[in-house]
Amino acid sequence: MINFDYVRATDVADAIRKISATPTAKFIAGGTNLVDLMKDDVERPKTLIDISRLPLDKVEKTASGGLRIGALVPNSDLSYHPLIASQYPVLASAIQAGASQQLRNMASTGGNLLQRTRCAYFYDTATSCNKRSPGSGCSALEGLNRIHAILGWSPSCIAVHPSDMCVALAMLEAKVHVSGPDGAREIAFADFHRLPGETPHVDTNLGAHEIITAVELPPQGFARHHTYIKIRDRLSYAFALIAVAVGLEMEGDSIREARFALGGVAHKPWRSSEAEAALAGQKASRENFEKAAAIFLRDAKGFAHNGFKIDLARRAIVRALTQAAHGTPQVQAIKKLR
Amino acid sequence: MASQSAESIAVPAKIEVSLTVNGVAAKLQVAPWTTLLDALRDHLDLTGTKKGCDHGQCGACTVLVDGRRVVSCLTLAVMKDGAEVTTVEGLAKDGVLHPVQQAFIDHDAFQCGYCTPGQICSAVGLIAEGKAKTPEEIRELMSGNLCRCGAYQNIVAAIRQAMEARS
Repeated sequence: MINFDYVRATDVADAIRKISATPTAKFIAGGTNLVDLMKDDVERPKTLIDISRLPLDKVEKTASGGLRIGALVPNSDLSYHPLIASQYPVLASAIQAGASQQLRNMASTGGNLLQRTRCAYFYDTATSCNKRSPGSGCSALEGLNRIHAILGWSPSCIAVHPSDMCVALAMLEAKVHVSGPDGAREIAFADFHRLPGETPHVDTNLGAHEIITAVELPPQGFARHHTYIKIRDRLSYAFALIAVAVGLEMEGDSIREARFALGGVAHKPWRSSEAEAALAGQKASRENFEKAAAIFLRDAKGFAHNGFKIDLARRAIVRALTQAAHGTPQVQAIKKLR
Repeated sequence: MASQSAESIAVPAKIEVSLTVNGVAAKLQVAPWTTLLDALRDHLDLTGTKKGCDHGQCGACTVLVDGRRVVSCLTLAVMKDGAEVTTVEGLAKDGVLHPVQQAFIDHDAFQCGYCTPGQICSAVGLIAEGKAKTPEEIRELMSGNLCRCGAYQNIVAAIRQAMEARS
């Protein structure tokens, strides 16, 4: 691993001061992705600013009836938190679908949002990658692109965001609270991650000197009608080929409100307001689920090795909507899809 | 900082880290980039914890930090100043194997043994968490520990035995 200097931040203001004064520094919290990338020479910070001891480790109710999750709450603790389990079970399920328990014990809430893509070319410094080395080209376009994007990609980058937790947070319409030299602000979850466009090296809209302090969940948690389905190349501990987070508001067998987000398909968790609107006020039927999936995937376009994802996504959407409508969510330890 | 050019930077000084490892207080001088895994193996001569992939993908380096299972290969030792660390060497008490260790022997839950220290520490963490009840849940929550000999059936059986003995 590269050599670097190490300092510890004493509070949020100190962390912002230190990152502003040291442009070659990076924050470290859980370190599960950053340390790995440093071992592979992909990330080369000259200083690490340890934020792991900052007091951002609480899960608190908000005045509006939602929850405010401190940026340093470990993924495992969050997934087992009684208020998450009871009010936002889709989030608990998505977190438990990702990584391993050891990594979930280490990884922080904020860090989960900031993890980098697992595109093999991003990790392999012998290859071209616009995300790692802007302007060098994209090796995945004509390479092994089995895990890559089918929506929202650009000729510069076809990588996907690897998080499961973020797929559920996108569906739940969480807000990301950040602080920086100019004060605090909040970012809607849909605006937090970016599409690659011409600048795939910029993953998010977090400012260079900003720090995530919390993730806020609105009151609506879809605790009755939800699911998280993750389809991958092995039964556990692998990144998604396709993941679907669903939340439905039902009235009898009709859908009042439908939301669904997909992971494994784009540079950020992907939603389609048109596909969701097509389900509002409709019967929860296979036919209507197929229609919504078709709208969602209308612009999907695959590459040499990932064309199968389009049909896999269609079937996963229909299955997930069916599970949510029936109130029979997928259980992550059970590998047979319901 | 303006003075920091793209060229070399001075090698940072070593940092003193205090750990309690298997109940014994230890002070060590480590570079910032020293992982907990390397600190245990190379500074404290506790070679029970194994280096497998060194990228958090295999679980061979699993130890307990403040009672929680983590991969020590992705943990920087400097960040764990003041922590209590338990490795496979710290599980037996007064010459008696930990129930999970005994169960691994009873069920022949290993072949080459390289993943075993990580499997055992992970299982101790799993049992303390109390979230796994069924074999399916044990498999899911042990998925961070790979066994290339394929002793999974017997590992699950061993963990079930240790779990039942505890309850």
